Amino acid sequence: MKSSVITFPGSNCDRDMDVALTKFGFKNKMVWHNDQELPKSDLIVLPGGFSYGDYLRCGSMASKSKIMLSVINFAKSGGLVMGICNGFQILVEAGLVPGVLLRNKYLQFICKNVHVKVDNKENSFFKNLDKKVLEFHIAHNEGNYFCTKDQLKEIEDNNQIAIYYCDQNGNTNDQINPNGSIKNIAGIFNKEKNVLGMMPHPERMIDESLSGEDGSIFFKNLLNNIK
Amino acid sequence: MKVSAVITLKKDVLDPQGKVIHETLDGMGFNSVNEVRQGKYFEIDVKENDPKKAKELVEDMCQKLLANLVIENYKIIETQ
Repeated sequence: MKSSVITFPGSNCDRDMDVALTKFGFKNKMVWHNDQELPKSDLIVLPGGFSYGDYLRCGSMASKSKIMLSVINFAKSGGLVMGICNGFQILVEAGLVPGVLLRNKYLQFICKNVHVKVDNKENSFFKNLDKKVLEFHIAHNEGNYFCTKDQLKEIEDNNQIAIYYCDQNGNTNDQINPNGSIKNIAGIFNKEKNVLGMMPHPERMIDESLSGEDGSIFFKNLLNNIK
Repeated sequence: MKVSAVITLKKDVLDPQGKVIHETLDGMGFNSVNEVRQGKYFEIDVKENDPKKAKELVEDMCQKLLANLVIENYKIIETQ
């Protein structure tokens, strides 16, 4: 399976993502933001980082870069696209997933492990996943998911919420919400479920001795789903 | 021609920075503040001398890049 990771000026999780994808069997290529064409890919990943120094709004400049036209076309034709952290912010700014990511509620940069609950498994990203609760890592200043009431209704009606912040038993409540996101939303799909944006970093949880293995579970399952 | 635009957060969007500024003002003794909302101000010099066209151009920029219309409103406040 072939994947491509887009590097924007200021991306800093692009190489971690490359390591993760390669470790689990993807043939990965790195693609520069100023390129116009995507290599043939089964999966496109927009990585985390601080593209364009988070100027104006996080992800806003990167969402207008040349490669994004190809990414948007790829997504519109049903291709799998995943945006992690800053990649999620780029996806919302590009209009590929609904809503927006605001500054964290308590104005702090949050860097810690969190648990997320996977509710919707009728998609290529989480189908056949054995676990319901995964432990991932978050590191962000603008991860406070927000959308209008109308958008929220549409998102819920279409089962577009991918993952929720929760405790280790899968309970979601205000105390466990790290950043103020509406409904504890940590990740969201587009309507067709081929585009996933999420704040947590699965690529940081792929080594038992360094972190945890829930990222490994996620990537192995993802590869099997799109084989 | 210079065109100025102001971007503000929509009413029901949480503005934690504005809230902290409000609390700080309170702490400094400015007790008569009801609310603070923080926004952005742009001064854009465009190669266009017709005020109407210049305004339209910046309005297009606001819609496509400068503002995120899910959470923000924009207003062209001045052309000179």
